[in-house]
Amino acid sequence: MAYSDKVIDHYNEPRNVGSFDKNDDAVGTGLVGAPECGDVMKLQIKVENDQIVDAKFKTFGCGSAIASSSLATEWVKGKSIDEAMSIQNTEIVEELSLPPVKIHCSVLAEDAIKAAISDYKSRNNSETAEG
Amino acid sequence: MKQPIYLDYNATTPTDPRVVEAMLPFFTEIYGNAASRNHSFGWTAEEGVSKARNIIGEAIGATGKEIVFTSGATESDNMAVLGVAEFYHEKGKHIITSPIEHKAVVDPCQALEQKGYEITFLDVDEHGRIDLKQLEASIREDTVLVSLMAGNNEIGTLNPLTEIGQMTRERGVLFHCDATQGVGKIPIDVEAMNIDLLSMTAHKIYGPKGIGALYVRRKKPRVRITPIMFGGGHERGFRSGTLNVPGIVGFGKAIELAMEEISSEAERQIGLRQHLYKRLTDELDYVFLNGHPTERLPNNLNLSFGYVEGESLMMGISEIAVSSGSACTSASLEPSYVLRSMGVGDDLAHSSVRFGFGRYTTMEEVNYAADKVIGAVKRLREMSPLYEMVQEGVDLSKVTWTSH
Repeated sequence: MAYSDKVIDHYNEPRNVGSFDKNDDAVGTGLVGAPECGDVMKLQIKVENDQIVDAKFKTFGCGSAIASSSLATEWVKGKSIDEAMSIQNTEIVEELSLPPVKIHCSVLAEDAIKAAISDYKSRNNSETAEG
Repeated sequence: MKQPIYLDYNATTPTDPRVVEAMLPFFTEIYGNAASRNHSFGWTAEEGVSKARNIIGEAIGATGKEIVFTSGATESDNMAVLGVAEFYHEKGKHIITSPIEHKAVVDPCQALEQKGYEITFLDVDEHGRIDLKQLEASIREDTVLVSLMAGNNEIGTLNPLTEIGQMTRERGVLFHCDATQGVGKIPIDVEAMNIDLLSMTAHKIYGPKGIGALYVRRKKPRVRITPIMFGGGHERGFRSGTLNVPGIVGFGKAIELAMEEISSEAERQIGLRQHLYKRLTDELDYVFLNGHPTERLPNNLNLSFGYVEGESLMMGISEIAVSSGSACTSASLEPSYVLRSMGVGDDLAHSSVRFGFGRYTTMEEVNYAADKVIGAVKRLREMSPLYEMVQEGVDLSKVTWTSH
């Protein structure tokens, strides 16, 4: 299977691999996917004044899954929570030139961002929580 | 050392230059149709075919007359299953096989199921072995065929062919063996093992692609099959179509070479296999062997690297050609049906890698592969949330996952 140069780049040099303390109130953790399905993403954000100041990920999955989550951490950094909520999987597909069979990797990355934000909001009981 | 390194010999093999040499005159000089009985072009082509036929028959303890040439093992398997089912349908419509057979056996069985045949898929244990007692209990009055492979193409596990053959012969049921992975690598004797039909192919033993054979027993008992290919009545009427003379000659040469060194090569490749297994298990944790520890093809090692997904691992060792049971490497997006049937969890199926060794594999290559795999697994575990959770003492089976 041929991978796009961007997928290979993220696979070889993934951005922001690592973990934050998930009990830190400034941290939101999203864990999505399942081992049986062949991909699990953990994406964490660190938030100050509704701004995402840092992000980390760890991913079990194919090269496209690793690249999608690596890219997601790059994109959420520096964004407000609302801005990060609006990131669409289709933008990830386009940026990484993912083939149709790998679209679910981008969906998972979008889910991971949303799950991390939702976790942050629930632990901070934010007024802007999704209703 | 030349790169990339080929460790996928269970998928196919390069054609041995000695085989190519034997084939070449049959393209340009001895190009007659082996069925042309009235001129020397046909006679010399037929001579080449006849010689190869005898060598191939002898290699499996049969005679040349019992060898029917086909396009490969997929055709041989289809021919055996569908041909026996059709010819003996008045005797019965029950076939016994296993869920980890190659799709070339499983799929025709399922097609027959749609036409009113009954198929028993035997259970396999965690090593991919069938239970002889269950086989015995499954044979009925209306059973016409037992189809079980010699060695599994994914996990390498061998079947107890002698015991199976003894049982089917006693009960008067035909035994088809898909020996695609076994011929030329492990001893196969259709007489001693009471095998009635046997599928094989040239490209797994350093012969060309596109040529295979089905052994069809001629006596005690005389096996009949209804052809799936009709036409000029070639190959005793079992398989019509102009013979692929260069392919057949190459197949004969390939099997001759394989038989010359069958025991020494098996021993050497088991050495390579055990060395790779030892290095990987010494230097990595959570490495699981798929298939039987000893009753397996000499040239097959199938391992699951826990908490690392197979396709990403293959991407990390791009200078080494292997294959994976991960869903991501298949068109169907389903993990390996073979591993699933053995009760290997889907998580470990996604993490499986098959290493196949061959005639040209060296210890230097195996060590290089070991270094690369160890490096890639360690790096991927650094970024695996599952490995991190396990290190923290989390029981992954207790986690509520959001499957998608």
